[in-house]
Order: sequence, then C-alpha cells, then structure tokens
Amino acid sequence: MSDAIIHEVTQNEYKYGFTTDIETDVIPVGLNEEVVRIISAKKNEPEWMLDFRLKAYRHWTTLTMPTWAHLTIPEFDYQSISYFAAPRKNAPKSLDEVDPELLKTFNRLGIPLEEQKALSGIAVDAVMDSVSVKTTFKETLAEMGIIFCSFSEAVEHHPDLVKKYMASVVPYTDNFFAALNSAVFSDGSFVYIPKGVRCPMELSTYFRINAINTGQFERTLIVADDDSYVSYLEGCTAPQRDENQLHAAIVEIIAMKNANVKYSTVQNWYPGDKDGKGGIYNFVTKRGICKGDNSHISWTQVETGSAITWKYPSCVLQGDNSSAEFYSVAVTNHHQQADTGTKMIHLGKNTRSHILSKGISAGVSQNSYRGLVRISAKAENARNFSQCDSLLLGDKCGAHTFPYMEVNNESAIVEHEATTSKISEDQLFYCNQRGIGTEDAVGLIVNGYAKEVVDQLPMEFAVEAQKLLQITLEGSVG
Amino acid sequence: MEQQYIDLYKAHHATIKEHSAAVINESRDEAFALFEELGFPTTRLENYKYTDLRPAFEQDYGLNIRRLDFPVDPYQVFKCDVPGIDSFLYFVVNDGFYPEENERNKELPEGVIICSLKEASEKHPELVKKYYGRLSNTKKDGLVAFNGAFAQDGFFMYVPKNVELPRPVQLINIMRSDVDFMANSHNLIIIEENAKAQLLVCDHTQDDVHFFANRVTEVFVGEYATYDHYKLENTHNRMTNLATLLVEQQASSNIISNVITLHNGLTRNTIEVALNGKHCETEVCGMVIGDKNQTVDNFTSVLHNMPECHSDELFKYVLDDSSKGAFTGRLYVAKDAQKTLAYQTNRNILLNRTARMRTKPQLEIYADDVKCSHGATIGQLDDNALFYMRSRGIPFNEARLLLMNAFMADVIDYIRIDALRDRIKMLVEKRLRGELSKCEGCVICQ
Repeated sequence: MSDAIIHEVTQNEYKYGFTTDIETDVIPVGLNEEVVRIISAKKNEPEWMLDFRLKAYRHWTTLTMPTWAHLTIPEFDYQSISYFAAPRKNAPKSLDEVDPELLKTFNRLGIPLEEQKALSGIAVDAVMDSVSVKTTFKETLAEMGIIFCSFSEAVEHHPDLVKKYMASVVPYTDNFFAALNSAVFSDGSFVYIPKGVRCPMELSTYFRINAINTGQFERTLIVADDDSYVSYLEGCTAPQRDENQLHAAIVEIIAMKNANVKYSTVQNWYPGDKDGKGGIYNFVTKRGICKGDNSHISWTQVETGSAITWKYPSCVLQGDNSSAEFYSVAVTNHHQQADTGTKMIHLGKNTRSHILSKGISAGVSQNSYRGLVRISAKAENARNFSQCDSLLLGDKCGAHTFPYMEVNNESAIVEHEATTSKISEDQLFYCNQRGIGTEDAVGLIVNGYAKEVVDQLPMEFAVEAQKLLQITLEGSVG
Repeated sequence: MEQQYIDLYKAHHATIKEHSAAVINESRDEAFALFEELGFPTTRLENYKYTDLRPAFEQDYGLNIRRLDFPVDPYQVFKCDVPGIDSFLYFVVNDGFYPEENERNKELPEGVIICSLKEASEKHPELVKKYYGRLSNTKKDGLVAFNGAFAQDGFFMYVPKNVELPRPVQLINIMRSDVDFMANSHNLIIIEENAKAQLLVCDHTQDDVHFFANRVTEVFVGEYATYDHYKLENTHNRMTNLATLLVEQQASSNIISNVITLHNGLTRNTIEVALNGKHCETEVCGMVIGDKNQTVDNFTSVLHNMPECHSDELFKYVLDDSSKGAFTGRLYVAKDAQKTLAYQTNRNILLNRTARMRTKPQLEIYADDVKCSHGATIGQLDDNALFYMRSRGIPFNEARLLLMNAFMADVIDYIRIDALRDRIKMLVEKRLRGELSKCEGCVICQ
C-alpha cells in the first residue's frame, strides 16, 4: 500500500512549468573573448571589471570540467549556449512600468511583489533573466546606510566596495564553474551592511531563468561589517523547458568582527520531466568567510529542484571564536542527481561548526552528501559536529555519503554521524493503527524528518519550503 | 620512478618467469601492461588521497628475482611473539616460503594443503587455476598490477569441504636482508564449503635497512565457511608495508579481518570484502597505535552485493608524536541488496599537536530496505573521566592509560583466538606505556 502511494507521489510532475513571453535581448551563442567584451560593454562596465572578466575567461579556457562528483553529467557544449539575455524594457521606475507578463509570472508563483511588500515587509530585488528589474524598499534601507542593489549598480555606484571584496572569497581560479561565472556573470545582488547596523528586514531576491538556451550566471556578494546583522533569502522556481539549462552562480559572504549573516535558500529549478528529459544544471559555488572574531555565518538550504545539483555552501572560519552552521534538506526525485554538502575550514581558535544534512531520494534519483571538515594546525579547540541522514523512498534510488575529515590539531573534537534507512514499517503501522492513513503517515514522517532544517528558515520561507517539499513528494508530505 | 621497474621487467622478464609459480606467469604480461599504464598511485587518486606512497618507491631496492635462498633459519632467529598460542607455524622469509616443515605441522587434517604457491601450482594446478587472480586480475590498481608483474611466489592454503582446523595457522613474514630490499608476493587462501580456519599473519623485520613489501592476498570463503584473518604488524620505521587483502564470501559464510598495527614505518592496508551470497556475516576491524613518524593508511571497502547480509566495521587509532593516520571506509550496498545491515565506526584519539588524522567514511547505497550507519570522531581523552579518576587518587598517567586501554578494548574483543587476545591486550598496554619502543620477538630488538 505504501509502495503504491510512494509510486503515485514520485510520479508527480513539476507544477510551476510555464513560460512567460517577454522579449529578450540575446547575444549570439558561444563563448569567446569577444562575447566577454560584449557582455561587459552591454553593461557599461568600467575597465577593471572587463579586465577581471578577461582574466577569468583566459583561466577558464585552461580548465576542464571536474569529474569527481558522484554525478553523471551529459557532455555539455559550452559553445552551444548564449551567455547573456536581458529583458528589453530595462529597469522600470515603479510597479506600473514592470512588464505585466512578468507580474503575472510572479503571481502564478504565488509571490506577487505588492503582497510581499505589504504583508511581509520584504524588500524584493527581482531578477528576471539577467538584469535586475525591480528593487523595492531601497529608500528605507538607504536611510540606515544599507546598500542593497543589483550587482551592476554596485559596480557603478560603489566600485571601491566591489573592488575590495569581489572574488576575495571565491577567486576566479577557484574552480571550473567559478572561472566561467567570473568571465560571463550577468547580474546578481550586492548587499553591504555598515558597522553596527542590524538590518530591519529580511532581504530577498527571486531568481528566475526565463529565456530559452540562456545560461544564467548570478553573482551575489554580501558584506556584513563589524557588529552588523543581516538575514538574506534567495528562492527560485523556473519554467518548464526541454533543453538543459546551465546555472553557474557564485555567492560570496564576508562577515567581519561580531557580524552575523544568515543565508537561506529554497531552490526549485525545473528538475526535468519524469523521464529525466530537460532540467537545470545547477553548478554553484557558495562560500562565506568569518573574517573577524566572533562572527557567524549560517547557511540553510532546501534543495528540491534541478536535474543536476553540484553545490557546496562552505565556510572559512578565520576569526577566533567564529562559528558556522549548515542546514540542508535535499530532495531528489525521478532522474534528479544531487551532490551537495559543505566545507568547514577551521583556521581560528575556538571555532565551531555544525552540519546537519537531510537527504531524501525517490524515483531513480541519486542523492549524495559530500562534506569536508578541516581543522588547521593553528585552530585550537575547534569543534565540529556533523550529522547526515538519508531517507530512501523506493528501491531504485541511491543515497550516498562522502564525508572527509582532516584534523591537524590535537585539541579539536570532530564528530560525524550518518544513517541511511527507509521509512520504518513500525512507524507507518503505528500511525495506521491510530487511524492515520498511510499517505498522511508518510507525510508526517517525512515532514518530521526535515523539520529540524525547515525550522531554521525564516517564517515566510518555511511556508514556501513546506510547499516545495509537498510538490516534489506530493502526498507524502502533510 | 616507474621507469626503473619497467626497464627491469623488460630486461629480465624471462628470468622472473623462469623462477616463479606457473600460475602467476599466465597473467604477468597483462599485469605489467596495466602497471605501465597506471604507474604507482599518486595522491591525485581519490583512493590514495591521504598517503603519499611515492617517496617509498624512490628507494633503490634489491629484488631477488632468481629466488636465491637466504641463509637463514627462522626457527633459530625467531621467537614467537604470541606465547601460549598453539598453532601450525609457517614462515615466509622476504617473499619465499620457508620449506622446512616442523613436526607439529604434520598434524594437519587430511586434505588440507599449506605450501608455497609455486609448489601448489605444480601439484594441484587445477585447484590453483580455478581461483588464482579471480579477484586481483580485475583490479585497476597500480599496486596490484605491480604485484602481478613482479610477484613470483606466495603462501597457499587450502581447507577442503567440511574440514575444521583444530588450531590456528600462523604465518610469519620476516624481512631479512643486508641491503635495501623489496618483496612482492601473492597469497592464495581457499576455504571450502562449511570449513573453518583461522590465520594469523605477523609481519616482522630483521635488519636495519629499508624494506618494501607489496603483498596481495586473495581469500575465497565458501558457503557456511568461517574464516578469521588477523594481521599483526610489528616492524620498524624503515619498513614500507603495502598489503592488499581481497576477500570473496559465499552465502552464509562468516569472516573476521582484524589488522593491528603497533610498530611500522609506512603501512597501507587495502581490504576489500565482497559479500557475494545471502546471509553473509562480516567483521572488519583494526587498530593503530602510532608515534614517531609512523604512517598508517587503512583503506577498506565492504561490498554488499547480495541481500540479507550483515557487516560491522570498527577502526580505532591512537596517534602520538608526528604520526599520521588515515582511514577510508567505503560501504557499498548494491541495488538489490535489500535487508542489509551495515555499520561502520571509526574513532581516533590525537595525543599530540603534530599528529594528524584523516578520515573518510563513505556510504554508497542503492537499495532502500537497509539499515546503514557510520560514525567517525576525532578527539581527545575525556577530561571528565580523567578528572574523576584523579579525584579518586589515580595518578594522571595511570588514568590516561586506563582510558586508552579501555578505548582499544573493543577492537581486541573482536579477536576469536584466546591466546592472541591476551597477548595483544598485553602488547597494547605495553605499547601505550611506551615500554615497547621496539618490537618484540625479533633478534635485532633484543
């Protein structure tokens, strides 16, 4: 009986699949120095930015795709996609000027801008394709000295800050996808919280891939200066496509002395249909650095989408007494593949990190946790606890755990725990016996299983996360 | 680095073949071709990420490809490390099986064959041919390929159907040479249906020169058979000991593999157990006590290919001084291996600032109705426990020892030979006290 439900659940199709007809401005397919120059020119970038892009591009040409992940990535021709697309109507001044099609898209996603503005007090920097379309609440934030704008605006108006911090956490030489992103990144968000400021609202951005055959390459940079606090949300859903789309983003977080940054994301790119056709390739480099003493970075992610996910939000704990957390729920269904986890690099004294990863696999998907905890020789009294659990729904999927622990200091305490199991018959029976149908019972159990992580999300996001879990494994989540 | 061996092989492969067991020659050229392709493993390979073996290959070792006898009588020079153990005792000096029989070995049950691989492939060619290379020839591994190209002989043990060995078999590997020396050997162990055997392998070094041993052991365990494989290493710090143990288990068989490293130079144990029948039981465990510059890398792989099997894995390390430890535990559950129970634990204690530990426990699971878990910790002795004992008048050092002994106790409990368990308990205690700065049992240490 439960098999039938799981079967039914895992056959559910992606519900947010639709396309908006907005004219986009696409440059020819392929990637070469000329394309990099065009992108830079289209965005009216200064010389130093172009130099950075070209350096990254030249480095990228020397690299090959990494193959170490537990993923089967089909041959991908980087010359077959277009690297830039911008909505034709650039940066409208108010909501009225926003393309009605776009507004409709957001409405269908259940995240209308007005509602967001009115009800939740979230400033939304909506990225449709590659150019920032709408930024709200900017004035309120500006009064406190907070800079929250698109990356291109930041390049224009705050070049010193961008120059100082960009690529300081993820250099363009970091890896294949970071180099690619550095060469062709389209746009993204820039956040700067000045000293001693506590950001009064959750900052949020919705990314959305919307032009056929266009890779999207966001670049986000969050800088929290001394004694500041910010909570940043990122969420995405993408329309249905038949051709695979490439998404190679970079997120950099810098937390100075006593700063506290909370980064939450719900990822629901189009995962492909149930035969594994189509879907987004999500190859993301996310890294934060606890630069100052007593700083804190927290990553929370709910991964339900993408055909292939390659994502390791990491933390470098440089400041003494700094701490980091990583909470993750990764759900894979049908032919999805996910290789996700984190890296915690302990450099400072008394640094602490906590990793909690929950994987759920269904259908014929493969779900891997890959994590590294490294304690350097100078990191006295470092402490790490990692827990990664996997839940298997169905007998054709796989769940894998690849933790790496490298300890170079005897005062460190590093712990790792992992379990893999399916939903216990006993628990199902217990629920059945008390009049809870198998469907609801599966829902209860999965919900409870993911709860520790979902609880970490801000309220507004927790609701969306629950919804996404429901859609990905509909019927099994209460 | 590889080139000198490639040249050596090209120049002398006729001599190597002439003096070796016929069965190894059959796949020798393929093994050599594979070695030429792969070379020695580097840290760029995921499976060798944490231990750089290349410095060990750089040494200029002598090889005894003409198989000249070493003038040594192991019975004279070797005093058994495990007093009170009642065993069938055999020696391998470098890579040659020591042919002299002692009286007690004549008591072997009928049908049991213990001899050199060369002798076995002459006297029982069918039996050897049926099993030899079945596990090692498909390995894409530089060390195994190197072994396939250069090994000339090895240890052979055959226990026929329904035979139970009354005593454990003890195999002493002695490294003895006046110059830096390399030994390659290929061991073959066949335990037939419903048979029962225990093997204790002790690695020792005799002379104060650089030694290099690269041994591949294939073990075939039949249905309902029981097999224990203990490997106790007590060598010196100029020994490079590379041991690959490949085990294939049939339905309802039961095995233990326990590797204990007390003294060594650079050790790499690769242990791969394939559970190819239902209801197999497998225990893979090991311990390491390291100080000075000891390096130990235990790489284990338990492959649940069939349903309803049970495996347990336990590895513990205590590391002091500049010793380096590495552990990889790969637990693989195949798609149809339902009802698998597989547990893995790795616990490590670092006593010193310069000691290093790397651990990589991995689960790879393709079946859903399974219970699998792994846990790994790296830490120190429990301060509260230390304080408790000291507050009750136990001196600090004594309390520390008590805790370390207790820490190692559960690995020792996995040993199913009483005399060996007592001995190891004692050796571990002495080792932790630091009384045992050199190994016991061999001549140079006395």
